[in-house]
Amino acid sequence: MTYPASLVAIGGSAGSLQVILTLLDTINAGFSIPVLLVLHRDPQGESRLEELLSLRSHLVVKEVEDKDIVERGHLYLCPADYHVLIEEDGSFSLDYSEKEHFSRPSIDLAFRAAADVYKEKLVGILLSGANADGAAGLRYIKERKGTTVVQQPSDALVRYMPDQALQQSAADFILTGAELTHFLQRLYYVSP
Amino acid sequence: MEPTRTIFLSDEDIELLINDMAVTYGYDFSDYSKASFKRRIERLLMIDHLSSFAELRYRILHDESYFQHVVEEISVTVTEMLRDPGFYRILRETVIPLLATYPFIKVWHAGCATGEEVYSMAILLQEAGLLHKTLLYATDMNPAALAKARSGIFPLSQMQQYSKNYVASGGTRDFSSYYTASYHLAQFDPALSEKMIFATHNLVTDFSFNSFQLILCRNVLIYFNKKLQDRVLSLFDESLEANGFLALGTKESIRFSSIAPKYKQIAGKEKLWKKVK
Repeated sequence: MTYPASLVAIGGSAGSLQVILTLLDTINAGFSIPVLLVLHRDPQGESRLEELLSLRSHLVVKEVEDKDIVERGHLYLCPADYHVLIEEDGSFSLDYSEKEHFSRPSIDLAFRAAADVYKEKLVGILLSGANADGAAGLRYIKERKGTTVVQQPSDALVRYMPDQALQQSAADFILTGAELTHFLQRLYYVSP
Repeated sequence: MEPTRTIFLSDEDIELLINDMAVTYGYDFSDYSKASFKRRIERLLMIDHLSSFAELRYRILHDESYFQHVVEEISVTVTEMLRDPGFYRILRETVIPLLATYPFIKVWHAGCATGEEVYSMAILLQEAGLLHKTLLYATDMNPAALAKARSGIFPLSQMQQYSKNYVASGGTRDFSSYYTASYHLAQFDPALSEKMIFATHNLVTDFSFNSFQLILCRNVLIYFNKKLQDRVLSLFDESLEANGFLALGTKESIRFSSIAPKYKQIAGKEKLWKKVK
């Protein structure tokens, strides 16, 4: 079984970075679907996350700037302390409004905005975390016929976030970190 | 009370609402970033405990004072003092010494919201001994936010963070010397606000009203689409003197706009441009 995707949106909090790094290490070099990474980050201080991800990925890693256009072969990282939204024309909009679930960027907000634009061509993945952010957003993706994946709670370093998503029946697939790579290889790019 | 259920809106709902507000009140939100605008409206439904989109639409159409409240809620007023200390450090080290050479300094904070950045700027200018010969124009479309800005009163709970920002921006004094604490509030030194002029100004519809050596508009353009961003940047260009400076938010850029060829970014990663043509 293969699945069409215009964008893969990945949300994660505590304990998710290791899963993401492993994913980047193991993903086939032919993978070119744009990826949006929504991670809860420390808003203070300089972050080396962009650099770190660049070293591990064949995708072009870019911290999102306002009105950047979503392109194939790119991995977009949400900047610390901004919400990231997507517009109908496939450009990103940043937003510095109220936090959601004590979070900015909020995974819920990014997932919802992406689902409004990409609908059934969006794949949403929610990883380890100690926060309820992301569960409702994943559910929103599923309701708009997108494909949703939750990290298996027993495989997650912090199972709270995956558990929340499962409680909201937001998952099409429940996968371990290791299985995620195979899942991503089964996606094929379609234009939005 | 029943918990409020989140109501999600469709693109058609948003179009209807934008059209209603333009026709009835002459406010044009059509070039706002759609995704952010949608979030503002969905948030409004929640905080006002409205039961449906139809109820919101009805109230906006039939109650002008409610519409004013909607305008205030649409405008995002989240801000902080000395946000991005690295940016203020560059202002201190690179821009302010150049401003010092002018006999009279004019600064415009466009979209100043509740004014935290204007007070930040006033502190920098005072420390450089320039505040006495400066006018700080602070404008926003939201009169309620401007009233807060004018008061110079901010939550005391924020001061610890602001004090950290202040030190990181190169400040060497005791930050608490700039305000008087009273219960949960911090009243900033009236000497800082003496040179501030607050006025309502809507970047969507209003024009240039003065010329400046420095214009700051940080994290405002992100709420506009590219077309409106270009209009506003042209407005700034008209309002900026030769060799003047334009400051935007950390993740904003002039690269998509028609004014880009006339500006040169100051070295480093901060979003500061000098008008060179």
